[in-house]
Amino acid sequence: MAKKFELNEVEVWDGNMAAAHALRQAQVDIVAAYPITPSTPIVQNYSKFLADGYVDGEFIMVESEHSAMSGCVAASAAGVRAATATSSQGFALMVEVLYQASGMRLPIVLTVVNRALAAPLNVNGDHSDMYLGRDAGWINLCSYNPQEAYDLTLMAFKIGEDPNVRLPVMVHQDGFICSHTAQNVRPLQDEEAAEFVGEYKPVNTMLDVANPVTHGVQTEEDWHFEHKARQHHDLMNSFDTIKKVFNEFKERTGREYDLVYTYKMDDADVAIFALGTTVESARIAADQMREKGIKAGVVSLRVLRPFPFKEVAKALENVKAVAAMDRSAPGGTFGALFNEVSATMLAHGKSPVMLNYIYGLGGRDTTIDMLKEVYEDLDKCAKAGKAVVPLQQFLGLRGPKLSFY
Amino acid sequence: MVKKIKNLKELSLSNDRFEGANLMCPGCSHNIIVREVLNATDDPVIVATATGCLEVCTAVYPKTSWDVSWIHIGFENAAVAAATVSAAYEVMKKKGKLPPATQKMVDEGKEPKIVAFAGDGGTYDIGFQSLSGAFERGHNFMYVCLDNEVYANTGGQRSSSTPIGASTTTSPAGSVSYGEKMMKKSMVEIMADHGAPYVAQVSPSKWKDLIKKVQKGFEVYGPVYINAQSACTTEWKHAPEDTIEVSDLGVESCVWPLYEIINERDEHGIIYSTKLNITYRPKNKIPVEEYLAAQPRFRHLFKPENRHIIDLWQKAVDTRWEYLQRREEAGV
Repeated sequence: MAKKFELNEVEVWDGNMAAAHALRQAQVDIVAAYPITPSTPIVQNYSKFLADGYVDGEFIMVESEHSAMSGCVAASAAGVRAATATSSQGFALMVEVLYQASGMRLPIVLTVVNRALAAPLNVNGDHSDMYLGRDAGWINLCSYNPQEAYDLTLMAFKIGEDPNVRLPVMVHQDGFICSHTAQNVRPLQDEEAAEFVGEYKPVNTMLDVANPVTHGVQTEEDWHFEHKARQHHDLMNSFDTIKKVFNEFKERTGREYDLVYTYKMDDADVAIFALGTTVESARIAADQMREKGIKAGVVSLRVLRPFPFKEVAKALENVKAVAAMDRSAPGGTFGALFNEVSATMLAHGKSPVMLNYIYGLGGRDTTIDMLKEVYEDLDKCAKAGKAVVPLQQFLGLRGPKLSFY
Repeated sequence: MVKKIKNLKELSLSNDRFEGANLMCPGCSHNIIVREVLNATDDPVIVATATGCLEVCTAVYPKTSWDVSWIHIGFENAAVAAATVSAAYEVMKKKGKLPPATQKMVDEGKEPKIVAFAGDGGTYDIGFQSLSGAFERGHNFMYVCLDNEVYANTGGQRSSSTPIGASTTTSPAGSVSYGEKMMKKSMVEIMADHGAPYVAQVSPSKWKDLIKKVQKGFEVYGPVYINAQSACTTEWKHAPEDTIEVSDLGVESCVWPLYEIINERDEHGIIYSTKLNITYRPKNKIPVEEYLAAQPRFRHLFKPENRHIIDLWQKAVDTRWEYLQRREEAGV
């Protein structure tokens, strides 16, 4: 049995330490990992817990991220709780296997510390990797600070392992801004966390010699379509389990999570729609705009996949202008978040002015003043009832202003 | 306890965990090798396969030819899959959380045998990184390379196991080319140099030798590499009924020498002795030409302008055979 880790009511943890403690408290049986900045401290901390007897699983330092995720898939298929952590290029190397994990319905937990994708090589935070893997059939949870990274990682096990879900779960946090910034975190005590997460009850375990199982079959067009449809069906239906787990967590800790996060949206005319740490800055910007008489609000996703269409439409139903903030290079179109939010609004018969801001690439600082400029643009558009600024702008870019459309 | 097998009939009937009812080509060596490996033990077996002929022909939903737990993830990760299943087994054993039937088996003194099967593409090329990593970390599993010297599943492209002079779809013989230009990679020595406790080369035609080596491999703790010659009717282009014959020509000409390398290690993994044993010595070593002549993939080598490649083959095989004998004599 693993030793109990004595925790204070409030600990000062960065996002990586918070995630590592969540993996420890979930008593993961196998962590197969490969180091990559800025997520490395998660597995470093985890190995130290192991070295000190606080975990009794196994840490396998594999030779690549591709093997890290392959190892998690095989371990999970074997019937044990498996998790890993990664960022950026390592995440990109895992992408092939991410699809295998979800297709085989294995509840692996992957903590992703978001970082830019090369080239140019950059170790700092943006959401390029998040968007790269969002369509891999995983549940994607987004945290904005270390407390949430901790909470959501604990919840990720419970959500993914639920018999109605049986899908892998990613928990995102911003590279450096969250992963390396220490904040006050209120952890659960070990017993309480273990009780919340629960024992892992595997299905179709390869280790049961009395009941051989087959994982990772081949299909042709006669079955592939049905498999993928079923997978999508179950992913879309995981909202119920996610909400259930969020509620159970709230009952235990008082900390409330919703599929969509909203701030001052009840009477908002204009809204910033962002992910990650920017949400916290946007809240401050919104407060300051409200002092100037502009009804500003903030919307964010707690669950990026499955995409909470209804809740997003509801959150934005009365706004006149929305800025979808994409912290990843758009690659020749609007930003990914912009496309999703626009489509959602259109599908619900709403057409607020939609603006797309590309910001914070490669860790570029995004200040409250910049976000206030976004609100001012939105205010102009809301008053005009149409887009009076370019649809796509690059925020905080040096040199001549870069905008499109 | 090592299973005792008297004759081929007894071996073929001794266990039925891999069905002959599958989609492999008639005369495919993969079938023969897999059955020989699984039948070498009566203990439970857990299998991981790489993408390849074996995988796509034996587990097409909703059917399977396997009566053992089986997993396929990708082309390049059979080694890490088997290694991690092995690690998962160890963790659950330590935690006392094995499924009841598996726990009962352990109480009876048996251990599941965890085996990865991959072709030469998944071994020599794309899967080499994961294979190397898994061997370096010392997981307890057996890796069997079904070496048919070509990417057969995708239509016969060259791999780094394709021998010189073979005509493949990406190294075709033509008016100015004799086919594949590179010599075959020496996978057995590469894997032995990882410090694996047991590494061997086998041919399905010498089934007793194969069984003995697989059984030896199952008895040691740590990663075991078995390089199995797997004649391919489709890409070597011989008749299905000639599979074993062609395999034997490889053995008798020493193109495919049968040998093993044993690394004796202490409990810390420090190797204190390396021994190479030749396990089959042809009474009359036949010319390489006979092996090449049996396979239309080498037909063009018999044209006058390509004869020098046959000479080169003979030289390479003789040199290698000499090397193996010297290593055996020297006990290193």
